Amino acid sequence: MAHDVHTHVKSQTEYEYKRRRSANEMRSHLTTFAIMIFLTLVSFTAVYAGFSANLVVPIILLLAAVQVILQLYYFMHMSHKGHEAASLFLYSGAIVGFITVLTMITIVWW
Amino acid sequence: MDLNTKYTPQSWPDHPENTTLEGKNKFVGFWLFLGGETVTFASLFATYLALKNKGPSGMEFTTQGLFELPLVFIMTMLLLTSSLTSVYAMYHMKNYNFKAMQAWLMVTVILGAAFLALEIYEFSHYVHLGFTYGQSAFSSSFFTLVGTHGAHVLVGLGWIILLMVRNAKRGLNLYNAPKYYLASLYWHFIDVVWVFIFTVVYLMGVIG
Repeated sequence: MAHDVHTHVKSQTEYEYKRRRSANEMRSHLTTFAIMIFLTLVSFTAVYAGFSANLVVPIILLLAAVQVILQLYYFMHMSHKGHEAASLFLYSGAIVGFITVLTMITIVWW
Repeated sequence: MDLNTKYTPQSWPDHPENTTLEGKNKFVGFWLFLGGETVTFASLFATYLALKNKGPSGMEFTTQGLFELPLVFIMTMLLLTSSLTSVYAMYHMKNYNFKAMQAWLMVTVILGAAFLALEIYEFSHYVHLGFTYGQSAFSSSFFTLVGTHGAHVLVGLGWIILLMVRNAKRGLNLYNAPKYYLASLYWHFIDVVWVFIFTVVYLMGVIG
């Protein structure tokens, strides 16, 4: 096949470095998870607390956006190298999606 | 690419998901698909928001009367945790630890199935109340949006189970590593959509 895979056997040092790096990354994923749980709890509490809708709605939408960004950039690795195409596709989808929601709401409600 | 090449943790590449050309192509194609999925769900969200709490005159269902936040909270926690367990699975995939990867995927599947069971319970509860798919514009748009997400969960579960069964005796290689990686991306995307569903549909529904 034209595209061959070169197998590189790591030395003990390289191997230990890789393991340590991925263990560190896993620890940061756990932190991300804790933040996501916390954001979810804040959202639900804000709704339970019964503040005015004009205050709570923007807050929970913002928290949802933050949580989605964490999910995309850390759990789905968009922060890693080689995700230019991935970002292009996802942001294009998000922009079209945003315009769709905006258009539909303005047409129906105004 | 020789499918029978055996690897050791020392010779396993750093990015097994896109080391091969096939893996690279799948990776790009899958993100394109996720971009399309974003538009799909956005149009369903737009429809729901436009039709929310609307229906024939005299219809007695509103989001405030229907939704129960404790159930939604449990569902959210189940799906969020299953997102973390699939991160663990991919951590072990990159370390060439096949058994640990399969075990974490198993946990992911169990959590996902629990989520789906609760969703089915929720839907059947609504139907018993008379809030059926054809009851109003509001009910149709609600069931289509949340049901499409539920269908994605079902497909994700089937996908992961098939991968686990298919490769149970093969172990990891550069042919199936991209498949596992993309299944986990899909699972995270399901969680991304759910974050917007619990916020826009349930929490904003309870507020009014």
